[in-house]
Amino acid sequence: MMDLRKAKACILRVGGTNCDAEVKAALEDLGLRSDILHMDWLEKGKLSEYQLLVFPGGFSYGDYVRAGAVWGKKVLTKMRRDLERFVEDGRLVMGICNGFQVLVEAGMLPGDGGQFSPTPRAVLANNSSARYECRWVFLRGEGSHAPFARRIGKGEVLRVPIGHGEGRFLAESEEAVHELIRSNRIVFRYARPSGEPAEGAYPFNPNGSVHDIAAICNREGNVIGMMPHPERAFFGWQAFGYGDPHRYGDGRKIFEGIVDHIRSL
Amino acid sequence: MREGLIRRVSEDPPVAAIDLREAEDTDLLEISNGMGLALSLYEMRVIKEEFSRPLTDVELQTFGQTWSEHCIHKTFRGLVETDSGTVDSLLKSYIAKATRELARPWCYSVFEDNAGLVDFDNGHVIAAKVETHNHPSAIEPFGGAATGVGGVIRDILGVWGEPIAVSDVLCFGPLDTGYSGLAPGIKHPRYIYKGVVAGVGSYGNNMGIPNVNGAVLFDSNYIGNVVVYCGCFGILPKDRYVRQTKEGDLAVLVGGRTGRDGIHGVTFASTDLPEDSEGLRSAVQIPNPLVEERLRRAVIRIRDECLASGITDLGGGGISCATGEMASRSGLGLTVELDAVELKETGMAPWEIWVSESQERMLFSVPAKNLERVARIFEGEELEWCALGKFNPTKRLRATYKGVTVCDLGLDFLYSPPKLKRKAKRVEPSPLPLYLKEPEDLSSELLALLADPNVRSREGVVRAYDHEVRGATVVKPIQGQSGSHNDAAVIKPLKDSWMGAVISCGINPFYPDPYWMAACSLEEALRNNTAVGGRRVAILDNFVWGNPEKEDRMGSLLRACEACYDFAKAFGTPFISGKDSLYNESPMGPVRPTLLITGVGIIPDVRKAVTSDLKAAGDPVYQIGITKEEVCGSAYLRSKGIEGGDWPRVEASVSRKIMETLTATIDAGFVAACHDLSEGGLGVAASEMVIGARPGLGMSLDLGRGLFLTGRDDLAIFSESAGRFLVEVRAGHAGEFEEAFRGLPVSCVGEVLKEGALRLSGLKGKELTIERADLTRAWRGE
Repeated sequence: MMDLRKAKACILRVGGTNCDAEVKAALEDLGLRSDILHMDWLEKGKLSEYQLLVFPGGFSYGDYVRAGAVWGKKVLTKMRRDLERFVEDGRLVMGICNGFQVLVEAGMLPGDGGQFSPTPRAVLANNSSARYECRWVFLRGEGSHAPFARRIGKGEVLRVPIGHGEGRFLAESEEAVHELIRSNRIVFRYARPSGEPAEGAYPFNPNGSVHDIAAICNREGNVIGMMPHPERAFFGWQAFGYGDPHRYGDGRKIFEGIVDHIRSL
Repeated sequence: MREGLIRRVSEDPPVAAIDLREAEDTDLLEISNGMGLALSLYEMRVIKEEFSRPLTDVELQTFGQTWSEHCIHKTFRGLVETDSGTVDSLLKSYIAKATRELARPWCYSVFEDNAGLVDFDNGHVIAAKVETHNHPSAIEPFGGAATGVGGVIRDILGVWGEPIAVSDVLCFGPLDTGYSGLAPGIKHPRYIYKGVVAGVGSYGNNMGIPNVNGAVLFDSNYIGNVVVYCGCFGILPKDRYVRQTKEGDLAVLVGGRTGRDGIHGVTFASTDLPEDSEGLRSAVQIPNPLVEERLRRAVIRIRDECLASGITDLGGGGISCATGEMASRSGLGLTVELDAVELKETGMAPWEIWVSESQERMLFSVPAKNLERVARIFEGEELEWCALGKFNPTKRLRATYKGVTVCDLGLDFLYSPPKLKRKAKRVEPSPLPLYLKEPEDLSSELLALLADPNVRSREGVVRAYDHEVRGATVVKPIQGQSGSHNDAAVIKPLKDSWMGAVISCGINPFYPDPYWMAACSLEEALRNNTAVGGRRVAILDNFVWGNPEKEDRMGSLLRACEACYDFAKAFGTPFISGKDSLYNESPMGPVRPTLLITGVGIIPDVRKAVTSDLKAAGDPVYQIGITKEEVCGSAYLRSKGIEGGDWPRVEASVSRKIMETLTATIDAGFVAACHDLSEGGLGVAASEMVIGARPGLGMSLDLGRGLFLTGRDDLAIFSESAGRFLVEVRAGHAGEFEEAFRGLPVSCVGEVLKEGALRLSGLKGKELTIERADLTRAWRGE
């Protein structure tokens, strides 16, 4: 059992990252100390001090080329070995929104352990509406084995906001989607209020993602990428109008899963 | 122009000297126009009188920038001649006068700095600023609007504020305007609309600042004069508001490089827009929100470590104005070494470097001992910086480039521009008779009005902006699956405090009397703020007017200013900051006088905020405020293309009492939902409360008979009388609610229904029922 007070999270940022502070606020509310570190200042080997690595949302390097593409390449150039070791060790990696795009562009997701794919095996393409969109969606837990979802049952519905222009998850082939389903790597799907999958229906599936995919993990479940922002639905007051402002928001459950997992180490 | 007045005094760097001593009036005007100074003959003469030597082009440009309408608001600070005497400064006589007389102790800094500052909680202050970026947006909609947002965010950084939200209010021509209706040089409203919305969204989203409030208006008057208001709100610890630049401190420039983009932005904003405006693209700056995002982090870091003695942003006038202002307000002087400035391109003349408005730049004054630490912070954020020079006691603004002194001006003279004199002709329109028969079918009238471009859902715009980033947005601009709108936004900026900042706006340019137009805008900003639970509201004014050199434009401006004073006083709400954009004239004529009032209130506990969607079947619904036959300029009449009738007026004493009482009942927990009655009146407000909710609403106007000073259903439903709300009161609290409102015009007019529909019965018992699905479809324009 790990003492949470000894654990630490690293929230990585580069120019254009802008959701780092609210991720820190969420993690620290649960007692997990968090450092926001600029990738350029991260010394070699430093990563091993952390139990959780977060790639937060934003527009890293302006998201020129394709969302997450530049950071996805830079992170490998800068710290590939450290990252591989981190994932091999079973430590947790979380990519939110732009962070999800980065993990996919870096070949870490869908992904098998520390073996990063040399080319991206999926993409977060332009929303099928061709517009940036900010809205609250319904997420349906898929009964994933990933620690991030350990507090969330299969079919359980979460209300969390999205805010992106490039969030349409597409895999390299239909077979690849089936493989994700078979290996239980889909963590959340976009759903209707009832919890039924959105089946592509807008606005429940806000971006046209294949199979309503909102979040996936790697084979081992310790790397997760998700387009929705759980840190924006952590406190009840953030979910004002979507829940009880005096309680906690649904996004908290995801962070609780992380903390539970770190405690269990 | 006669030869010999302008001569080259240096080839490298290229510097010209202009000898005004021998210049005739025609020469002076030619110089002003030829150099893009936008100075009047009178101002040119004042400069001529002052100097017994030739001036460099850099120096003349400095006057052009510093004395521009944009930078010093010479119309608002000048003299206004009227039939009934001379007004010395509209700002001092009306806007700031209200603030001074109200003397609210919670006003921390008003009309002083880049933004207004008011007390918040736990030793923090809220900073607020609203700007316009009309001319740039008319020429290059994306870049113009984006840099509008970028500029106002820098205003907040420029008072050490951490930006917590942005807002935008946009006025366009109708999107279905025919191409034949466009004058030469005018871009199609659809092109402008798409570019502006994308530009506003791009900058805020990229910087990670939520866009939480605004409005979109359409009118044929805005075809030739697009209006783009951008607001920013920030928070800072009170004791970190540092403005004490000292002798020996270094002037440090940081951020984007300086280039030829945005040259003469301010002087171009201070004249009418010409037909061949396309040639002015170089006056529009190029946005790069990524640099500003890094600037933001550096500013906050330097603030928290107390490393600098002063800060200001580079906006209009570029380096010339930023350095001049910082030196002048500190009673110091400065010699700027232009060689130090990092440039985007080679071959720039010194005056171009001096006045360029390239974006994403800030100026700090830094005590020498802290320079190394400050530099390390900049470099850690990958920001380029340079030291421009040291502040000295000379009270002179000097600039050198490649060993040549290109500018040497006394700051006292530079910062005491001559007072302009404008003439105003009073305009007091009188109401016309209303020729409109009461329509038979109110259902189709209401559905048509819901679908009107000025009333319908703004979802397409609002969702293009991230309103959740920073994770601190409590009451959102848009809510629920069908996207109903709330009256104001609530932000919770501090981790350890439940206190919220409440942001609202009011804008009513279609009411033809500028006095009541201004009064209604002010009252609406307060009403919107109150509707979600805000109170202790501070307000900001943004005037968008035509050419102030024309007497009728000045006349209506004067009327609007009078209303600002009267109603700020009557409501006890101080102005804390403002900005005027004049010269909004195009080949299609002057802009409709448009005043935006932005409200910044507080709510002690964000969890007690109120949204507009109906909550629980069975709850009683109350209407508050008197409805008169005030429909001139209303959405109802405009959608029919009819002028006539009387326009809304504000009864401040009643309205103020209503708002204070509503605040008390919200705090007491009696209010389940609240919506203000504005564009489209009661009919639209009631529909919106149903659209956003699960339950429906049944109401009878006859139950509130005393509240309606009309016998006509259409006027009762669509009048836009000020000071009104529709309130859902929690079952069981009706008695207490009524007790609180005793003596005020309030009446229970119906209740929340289980079924999702709007049922309305008129003054004479006529009934209409519209299903929510139909309301929603019309309102969403589907």
